[in-house]
Amino acid sequence: MSLLDRSACQLLADLKAGEISSVELTQASLDRIEAADEKVGAFLQQSGRAALAAAEQIDVRRAAGEQLGILAGLPVAVKDVLCDSTTTTTCASKMLANFRPPYDSTVVAKLRSADAVLVGRTNMDEFAMGGSTENSAVQLTRNPWDLQRAPGGSSGGAAACVAAGMVPLSIGTDTGGSIRQPAGLCGVVGMKPTYGRVSRYGLVAFASSLDQVGPLARTAEDVALLLEAIAGHDPRDSTSLEEATPAYSQSVSKPLENMRIGVVKEQFATGLNSEVETAVRDAIAVYESLGATVKEVELPHSKYGVAAYYVIAPSEASSNLARYDGAHYGHRTDQAEMMAELEAERKQLSESGDQRGLDNLDTPLIRMYRRSRAEGFGPEVKRRIMLGTYALSAGYYDAYYLKALKVRRLIRQDYDKAFEDVDLIAGPVTASPAFKLGEMVDDPLAMYLVDLYTVSANLAGLPGLSMPCGFSEAGLPIGLQLQAPPLKEQRLLKAAHMYQQTTDWHTRRPPET
Amino acid sequence: MPEQPYTTVIGLEVHVQLATQSKLFCRCSTQFGAEPNTQTCPVCTGLPGTLPVMNAHAFELSLQTAIALNCDIPGFTKWDRKQYYYPDLPKGYQISQFDLPMSDDGYLEIADPKDRFEPKRVRILRAHLEEDAGKSVHDEAAGKADSEIDLNRTGTPLLEIVSEPDMRSSLEARAFLQELKLLLTYIGVSDCNMQEGSLRVDANVNLHLEKDSEKVATPIVEIKNMNSFRAVERAIDYEAKRQYDEWQETGRRLGESPKQTRGWDDAAGVTRGQRSKEESSDYRYFPDPDLMPVTTTAEQVEAVRAALPELPAGLRQRLGDDYSLGHYDADVLVNQGRPVVDYYLTAADASGDPKLTCNWVTQEVLRELKDKEITIEQFGVSAERLAGLVKGIDSGAIPGPRGREVFTTMLADDCDAQEATSKLGIEQVDESELVALCQKLVDANPKIVADVKAGKQQAVGALIGQAKAQNPNVDPGRVREICLELAQQS
Repeated sequence: MSLLDRSACQLLADLKAGEISSVELTQASLDRIEAADEKVGAFLQQSGRAALAAAEQIDVRRAAGEQLGILAGLPVAVKDVLCDSTTTTTCASKMLANFRPPYDSTVVAKLRSADAVLVGRTNMDEFAMGGSTENSAVQLTRNPWDLQRAPGGSSGGAAACVAAGMVPLSIGTDTGGSIRQPAGLCGVVGMKPTYGRVSRYGLVAFASSLDQVGPLARTAEDVALLLEAIAGHDPRDSTSLEEATPAYSQSVSKPLENMRIGVVKEQFATGLNSEVETAVRDAIAVYESLGATVKEVELPHSKYGVAAYYVIAPSEASSNLARYDGAHYGHRTDQAEMMAELEAERKQLSESGDQRGLDNLDTPLIRMYRRSRAEGFGPEVKRRIMLGTYALSAGYYDAYYLKALKVRRLIRQDYDKAFEDVDLIAGPVTASPAFKLGEMVDDPLAMYLVDLYTVSANLAGLPGLSMPCGFSEAGLPIGLQLQAPPLKEQRLLKAAHMYQQTTDWHTRRPPET
Repeated sequence: MPEQPYTTVIGLEVHVQLATQSKLFCRCSTQFGAEPNTQTCPVCTGLPGTLPVMNAHAFELSLQTAIALNCDIPGFTKWDRKQYYYPDLPKGYQISQFDLPMSDDGYLEIADPKDRFEPKRVRILRAHLEEDAGKSVHDEAAGKADSEIDLNRTGTPLLEIVSEPDMRSSLEARAFLQELKLLLTYIGVSDCNMQEGSLRVDANVNLHLEKDSEKVATPIVEIKNMNSFRAVERAIDYEAKRQYDEWQETGRRLGESPKQTRGWDDAAGVTRGQRSKEESSDYRYFPDPDLMPVTTTAEQVEAVRAALPELPAGLRQRLGDDYSLGHYDADVLVNQGRPVVDYYLTAADASGDPKLTCNWVTQEVLRELKDKEITIEQFGVSAERLAGLVKGIDSGAIPGPRGREVFTTMLADDCDAQEATSKLGIEQVDESELVALCQKLVDANPKIVADVKAGKQQAVGALIGQAKAQNPNVDPGRVREICLELAQQS
């Protein structure tokens, strides 16, 4: 059995006991990446040498009896959207292919101060826009359970590398389900914390009011450990909550009593794959067997969630991505080519006597913006920039953006009401197990609907967790989603841990890699 | 001013750089004049992943200003993104305030001590806080087409104060700006240095006129790029004439053509139209999701109001009520800024003669400051010493006409009025001594006496000159009186 079959908590105990060294563990992780990632494609970049050097440092400090951080010596993968001053942060975009941030994101800094060993940067949909990781401008990531299938997204690399046993811990980001959905499709545990629980400073923004950083791992205990390392108030993020960070890793193993679980009827209506429905209902039955009572709750406005989300998220994105204009950093179009193009156009217009065309011809600056952005962004990013620009335009703002904000408020009110009667809401993460690569690339709308069960938690700012609760006949993992009121991450973790104590889905390993 | 066939209608937009140590959303310095791009950080250069954090001091200064401008302070205000592309705007948007500004509905009172216009209340539509953009430096040297960007200024806090179109002449516009600048200086929220860009003014100008007894307005033009109050005045005057000419030529009214932006060319003394392509902007404002809204309670507003220093308008009033100064004198003093007023108040209180003290301050002291280009704090005669001079004159110890000599000596020798007086050998001349001197002169100058008697009173001037030659301490006025009397009697 490989070192990496052990949980992060187990490995931490083994490291503390001196049974293994961080160098050994890191080497095992790098070896596994080396062996499996050619097929999976989870990593955009690995920092092998730096990781081993960091691991060695930690081993030395441990031997010297120094007090170490809570992740001391554990390999952690980071989604390539969180700034790290030691390497590039590309967001899987051509636009930022060579961008080296001069500063660390708060999450990366916290991982370092927790003595984590950062082994590499994981693949994602470009700028976290997508649900399959197919929008990466760099490479495909494959689902370790079936290499013909997508790992989900946008944190596809983050989920796949855990599922394939390359690292025990991984950091993702979730704007509309981007941690929970790939976790569900790859059979790992992933959590989107309450909005504001984890600092967004240094997280390259997609949709600022929805983005949240979160942990992925194979067990609830491991997720608790990683969340404890990254959570906490950050004065550099105005939307960060001034809440003390609970000792998640300590409390996760204390079971919940008199648990009241809410089930939303509409989530089991048409469109839900029957194998998924069965697995999710079975999981709820497991909770009943553990003493939980189950109650039906209503989230009447959630059916508008995807529509509201695809107004709000692109609107914010259109603004957040305006900075990539080629002027200051990132991709800039070839100047000589651009000037030649302009000159050719000018010549043509002037020969045809088109004075109006000449008057409207781009200045070199405008043409530089246009070309740089046209070349630097992929089609999905462009699609969302256009959607958002449209929604925020004069005359449309009220009908789209403002309306979407109203829906958002109603969705939150629905949750507040539902949580008066229940502690958690349980349901599916996705309507079906992992889909085939390429299956939806030509149908963006179908791809948007993949977020159906997950976007509401982002719109409402609530914590949500996804964990494996069964497998399809074809051997694909099925995810269970748990949602809780704001700041109740502990409740989610405890509930997930209770489930994993009773079931063994999380112990299964993909066959192919 | 000649009667014009139109009324000029003017509204002003003033951008005030707030006197904070650090920028609005990061901790970079706001110091002017540093090497390009040395006062920048990942936040103000808009690097991916960075987030703004509001500078509470900037908000506090804005509150002070808005309250001093008699604005309402809503309990809730938020930040919006104003989106446009320009290389000196590294995020692709400016953090500003759109529909819920931090203050609105105020006013500023203006008056002209020379009575060239009636005192009036200029309404303030709103004042809101926003971040500044960077600076584009266009290299126009032959053969070079490169532009350079300096982001030192990016993120500096600006308070944008928007007036209603309540001004009717360039003179009123200038008075508004001067009064506003004075107010800002009194509260200490800005250094108001126009050359360094701490105070920037745009003017919206159009004309109201009559055509076939119908009231008509011409299209509104926004004038930019005015670098001094004088430039504002000239640009408005120019623009009013230009619009009148255009109106006569085209007859185009408000609403019949889009709002135009024109830049002021100070050297040429003209406004020039800017490309219409740059104007038609949809800024796609929306609330900035990276920043929390700011709430202000009525108690906070009251606390800020209570802590405000005395403002120019109130000070002018007090100088009139308590120091019996006329509007003109009060205005001259207050317009010099608080330190001069404090100097005056100290001197007036110590001398007990506010009017004479005012004359000394507004004439001799201010002339010295101007000639030597120094501030009142650098001035060599303290308020207490000036009071001593005024008291000496009032008591007769210093003959009025020799006051200036005493003042000059006080300044030159750094001494008080008493010491200067004795240095100059000034003594009070006894009345009987004075009469004796005059009698002697009258007796010795029968020709003059005859002239006086014949009605040529000015002939007595020669006697005054002789009296001063014999004793420099004599009061010439008194000599004149006595000599006239004695001449008539002889």
